[in-house]
Parts: sequence; structure tokens; C-alpha cells
Amino acid sequence: MTYDAQRAGEVTFAGHNGDECTAYQAMPDAPGRVPGVVVIHHAPGWDEWCTEVARKFAHHGYAAIAPNLYSRDGPGAPDDVAARVRAAGGAPDDQVVGDVAGAMAWLRGRPNATGRVGVIGFCSGGRQTFLVACLADGVDAAVDCWGGNVVVDDRSLLTPRRPVAPVDYVERLACPLLGLFGNDDTNPSPGHVDRLEEALKRHGRTYTFHRYDGAGHAFMSWYRRHYRVEPAIDAWNRVLDFFARHLKGA
Amino acid sequence: MCTYITEKASIHGSAKGPDGWISVDSAHVYFDHPYHAQLDHALGIDFINEREAAPRRVAVELSAGSARRLVACILAALESGEAAHAIEPEAEPEPDAAR
Repeated sequence: MTYDAQRAGEVTFAGHNGDECTAYQAMPDAPGRVPGVVVIHHAPGWDEWCTEVARKFAHHGYAAIAPNLYSRDGPGAPDDVAARVRAAGGAPDDQVVGDVAGAMAWLRGRPNATGRVGVIGFCSGGRQTFLVACLADGVDAAVDCWGGNVVVDDRSLLTPRRPVAPVDYVERLACPLLGLFGNDDTNPSPGHVDRLEEALKRHGRTYTFHRYDGAGHAFMSWYRRHYRVEPAIDAWNRVLDFFARHLKGA
Repeated sequence: MCTYITEKASIHGSAKGPDGWISVDSAHVYFDHPYHAQLDHALGIDFINEREAAPRRVAVELSAGSARRLVACILAALESGEAAHAIEPEAEPEPDAAR
């Protein structure tokens, strides 16, 4: 079932340490309860892409919220704020987990919430999705879209803001995980994805990976040369099927 | 972007963006997925005034080959310009002393 009518716009929510953060939300404008999805934006920022993704989920019967993980980093266009965050070394992992936990609580607090909540992220957001799925309570399903640096080869790249390779938390993954990766990607490379898969198997985690030939990083981003039509269509179908099974009980 | 590896240089000068000229004291240089350029990876340069509370930037995104050609052009322009003006390599104020 899809929903043509939506309610959408900016909201605020309590993030990490109770900080007031901004977010974009979209949900069906229809009677009945719906599950929730947190959309974690990519490193280039809280931009039009994540609002499109939130509206897509609303169209398919979810309340979606895309938190601005750069809420604390000052005013400006998304790419300018993202550049500021990049120069500072990225959003701290503990802060991201706290912000996404706050966004999940916001979803569960809606009067039309079923209480089931999934998380999806793209690029750095994919890495953060994996992190949240391991460290935050209450994630019912997680989708990692080409998250790089989940497996970290060079430990000197770990920083005070990102002190632990997310794969090191794998035994704490407590929900089903869907991973979508392009085999031409270099971060994560096929080797990185292999090692992530080995870790998931070793710890008996529930996961499904789909890996696309002829696709690299950001293959679902229609506005970039990375876009690959057929893998993107297939990937979206798998995301919607995955969330339907785990969040709607379909 | 998939890394946060950024090279930073203290600089002294000005840059012009859509809002006009700004003084700049830092250049952030990185090689990663670009925001606007239709490239898989690009050499990004952000010219910034770090002293601003919310620093504005003048940004460029270049292919790796373009960036290398630009480096060569910069060095060539400095060499020929300083020769043409019969001056020693510019004794510019140190970035910190200029503040």
C-alpha cells in the first residue's frame, strides 16, 4: 500500500545529551499506525537527498525522520556545513549514536507509531547505521548502504571522534542487517565487505548482503555519475521488502 | 566523502566568492568524493577564514590530473612572475604575523 498524501517538514528533537537538533520528517497523512525509519544522511550533508529518501519512505507507509547530524556545526548551505565538519574530523560517533537514538525516540513518540523502528544510512551514514545498530537500543532493522570504514585496515586512522572500528562491535548487533554494496567501490572494497561478512557469520548475526557488479560507491544517487539504474531499482526494492518484513510483519 | 583526511595550510590572502571578497587564512585540501563535480573522486580545496565564527569558504573541486596541472602552473607563475618583477621570492608576512 502506498500513500499519496503526506505531512512533511522540519522538526526539532532531543539528540545526544538532550541537545536540540533539527530534522526533516515525512509521514503518511492517513489514519492508522505506521512504523518508523531513521534516515542517516551522508557525509556531504543534510541535503535534498535525505529529504527525498524520507518522503519515499512516507509514500511507502513509514514515518521517516532524517536528523541533521550537523545541527551543532553552525549555519550555512549543507555542503559548507559538511566541509566544516570534515575539517574537524567528522561528527563524533558517540554523538551520532545519541542523536539517532533521540530520533528513534521521536518516532516512537508519535501518536501514529506502531513502535517498530528501522534505520538506514548511505555512505558515512551506512557506517553510522551499523554503529547505531550495534550500540543503540531498540533498532528493529538496519540497512547499510555502502558504508565505508566499518572495517578499518589502518588503525592510525582511528581518531578521538571515531575511536573504534565499527566492525569491532559486531557481536553487539541485535537486529537484522541488510547491506547493499557496489563491487566497483573502493571504500568499502569487496575485500572490506568480505571481512564484514566473515565477522557477521563468526558471531552468528542475522544479515543479508547484496553486491552489485558494475556499480561503485553511491550507486543509488540519481544525481551523480555513480548512479546505476538497474542496481538502484533492485536495491530500493530490497530495502522496501526488508523493512516490510521486519517493521510491518509483511 | 568517505574519509576525513584533510591537509591544512596556513595561508595569507583573499578569495572571492558569490558574496564578494573575503580574507582567508587557511586552505583545507582533501581528495575524496566531491559534492558538485561529476567525478568519482576530486581534489577539494576550501579557502577559509578560520577566525570567523561560522567560516565561509571559497571551494573548488578538481580532478586529480587538473590539480597536478594547477600545481605546475602555480609554480611556473611564481617563477616567471617574480623574475618579471625582478624581485626575490616574496617576503610576505607570516600568516600569524598578518593577523
